[in-house]
Amino acid sequence: MNLPYTVIFEKRTEDYPKWLPALTSLASVVIAFIISGIVLKFIGGDPIRVLKFFFNATFGSWAVFSDTMVKATPLILVGLACAVAFKMKLWNIGAEGQFYMGAFFSSLVVLVPMVNLETTPKFIVIALMVIMGMIGGAIWGFIPGFLKAKYQVNEIIITLMLNYVALYWNNFWIFDKWSDAGFQMTPQFEKVAWLPRLSDLAKEYRAFSGITLHLGVVFGIVAAIIIWWILERSHWGYEIKLIGDNPKAARYAGLNITKNLVLVMMLSGALAGLAGMSEISGVVHRLQERISPGYGFTGIIVAWLAKLNPFAVIIVSILFGALIIAGRQIQPSGIANLLQGIILFMVISSDVLLRYKIRIIRVEQEA
Amino acid sequence: MTSPPPPNAVEMKDIVIRFPGVLANDHVNLTLKHGEIHALLGENGAGKSTLMSALAGLYKPTSGIMRVHGEIVDFNSPKDAIAKGIGMVYQHFMLVPTQTVTENILLGLNEPRFFMDLPKYDQKIRDLQDQFGLRVDPTMKIWQLSVGEQQRVEILKTLYRGADVLIMDEPTAVLAPQEIDDLMETMRSMTKQGKSIIFISHKLNEVTAVADRLTVLRKGVATAEGMDIEGLTGEKLAELMVGRKVIFRVEKKEQEPGDIVLDLKDISAQNNKGVQALNKLSLKVREGEILGIAGVAGNGQSELAEVITGMRACEGTILINGEDVANQEPSAAIARGVAHIPEDRTGVGSAPNMTITENTIMKNYRDTPIGNKWSINFTEARNHARSLKEAYDILAPNVRTMARKLSGGNLQKVILAREITTDPKLMVAMQPTRGLDVGAIESIQRLLLAQREEGTAILLISEELEELLTLSDRIAVLHEGKVMGIVDTENADVKEIGLMMTGTQRSEG
Repeated sequence: MNLPYTVIFEKRTEDYPKWLPALTSLASVVIAFIISGIVLKFIGGDPIRVLKFFFNATFGSWAVFSDTMVKATPLILVGLACAVAFKMKLWNIGAEGQFYMGAFFSSLVVLVPMVNLETTPKFIVIALMVIMGMIGGAIWGFIPGFLKAKYQVNEIIITLMLNYVALYWNNFWIFDKWSDAGFQMTPQFEKVAWLPRLSDLAKEYRAFSGITLHLGVVFGIVAAIIIWWILERSHWGYEIKLIGDNPKAARYAGLNITKNLVLVMMLSGALAGLAGMSEISGVVHRLQERISPGYGFTGIIVAWLAKLNPFAVIIVSILFGALIIAGRQIQPSGIANLLQGIILFMVISSDVLLRYKIRIIRVEQEA
Repeated sequence: MTSPPPPNAVEMKDIVIRFPGVLANDHVNLTLKHGEIHALLGENGAGKSTLMSALAGLYKPTSGIMRVHGEIVDFNSPKDAIAKGIGMVYQHFMLVPTQTVTENILLGLNEPRFFMDLPKYDQKIRDLQDQFGLRVDPTMKIWQLSVGEQQRVEILKTLYRGADVLIMDEPTAVLAPQEIDDLMETMRSMTKQGKSIIFISHKLNEVTAVADRLTVLRKGVATAEGMDIEGLTGEKLAELMVGRKVIFRVEKKEQEPGDIVLDLKDISAQNNKGVQALNKLSLKVREGEILGIAGVAGNGQSELAEVITGMRACEGTILINGEDVANQEPSAAIARGVAHIPEDRTGVGSAPNMTITENTIMKNYRDTPIGNKWSINFTEARNHARSLKEAYDILAPNVRTMARKLSGGNLQKVILAREITTDPKLMVAMQPTRGLDVGAIESIQRLLLAQREEGTAILLISEELEELLTLSDRIAVLHEGKVMGIVDTENADVKEIGLMMTGTQRSEG
């Protein structure tokens, strides 16, 4: 059968306009929602109602928006962790493990305890936890970085394996040493180790009562600004991008690739570790099992969807935070996961639009 | 009954190819007769590659008609073109380095389906080789092969797919002189067996040596269509290509060389395969002097450049203004004022997905005014790039253009501009004009001579003897990692250099 029209993919010969990636990403999200709607229709749901409910449950009021932001916070930090490493084409898929090590190390401040929790001012305790969390993540980034630099060990495998090591290392402590009355969690931390929340200000401002948004979101935003500055303005960011684009050219230009490899893995790990710290100090207030519902892996998706742009990481994280919140409330909860998956597929396939122009032309009859 | 003469292999009529803002081909005609070698000439950006990409199914012409063996064709993809027997041998090889020759040739084919009976296919490929005289061991891995051998694999790939029209995109650009002769022999043997070849080249002498007819493009327009090669002079061809008489001689000033800048003593090094590539080599280069390194490709030239610039380990001492930099990182050589024009422009000399600006600051991003203590002043960097773009006549829409979008000549100018602005004491230039068109070669050569007048010591490694004779003050000939002899260019005897290139030690005295 001959169709009168044919679709051709033309390779783009010029640079695409700067706004195009943002537009295609946005369009992918919209299309993903439409496809999910169709699926919902098929299984007998009402897509419009679900969509309304989704919106209300995530952005409908300050209180639910705050919940969305609380979920977005670890994603921002983990997304940045992945974005930094991916810029150098270092495939760190160990943010999950680095997250757990960050949580573990920052918990040490309280559980050892490293300082006298009754007399030390709150900001010192928090600052110490931040530093410890970042050190924990950085150590977990250093191991694969060093092995790759020194022995050319594939970082994908090492970072993946270290995820499990970190998970079970944590389990050992919370099941055994620090278990709270046999439960797989530590006792609740003293209040001095809690990140300040907006609800702490409820006495002065009534509107903040019940708002769980904590200081971690500020860490996320500040980190995004710093990472943006590093990547786009600093010597180091230039080196990271150069090594990522062409390691041979980087060596030729006199760069120390092994040093950068280790440092970038450590920075990546430190960011994921900070996410772990922010989660236990800002949300759960204790070290326990399953503090992460796979943030470290979602961070990979976030980084890709954001096209490794630190500010876009924030926006994508909010969207994914909303999906997590909605997933808890929409039944069956798989719908949110479905949506997540479809969005990823759409965004990845939308890359075609950046490389090709699609034209539909009438087939000409040839004599 | 006698059979009618075979139709023309390819006929392209009134081909127009338009890109946004660019008219790449303007009503071009090209007829490839059955069994001929048809040369396609033109400067970089003249539209040769675009025209051939249309024939290979990569682009669709905006208008015009293409016939293959008399039949009108309309290609939507390279697959369609291959099905009609059109095969393209690209300048940049598309091979998988870790796989064998046979595996690379079979890649992407429907057969074999499930089992790789490699020995069987090895034999098939050997048969094909015997037929056309393309020698390369089918069981070798691509990374073990020389550039010339890799090219043979590319040719075998198209032949294996049943191509009877071969488009060869600057096949000689990457080859050593004797490899070029082999290639030409292969081309002749292929046409004898009924293949037709379109041969894209920049080099006038090669065209006259091997082609039957030629088509010349200039800025998208054909200035000669199917002209007979007989009786054409190099000057005439060059005029068709660039529209003006090319001055082949670049003026070189008389000057006395100064102090010794580079002093190599007993350098030995291995190549990537662990075979000895440099064997107790000693050389000296002085200020304001160009020392040419001649030799057949693969006699240690690449390794010599890499050893001096710190990219390869070695034995012996490398003194740069008296300081030993042997076996240090490239940064040590850079700090002592060593500039390097690498052999591989895209693979080593530039970062393809970064902008012209980012590529020009590769070596001075830490220095004021571009670099602050921690950060890069991108306004300064862009200004720097713009002034280089202006001064070196780099053709690109703007300094935000990605390096991979530049033509070979313009990319080379970016690299040269960057290296010259580091104010080098020593410049190691490896094949700086390879694969460039006549106009670009001239400007690159002028830049090297200007650098010589500035007092830079230059080590020029080239496989073009003519280039060495034009630019160098002295020529050292390399053979199997040893210096066979050094001659003054002024009273150099080409025959003597040729003898040394094949391994005859220079007679003293």
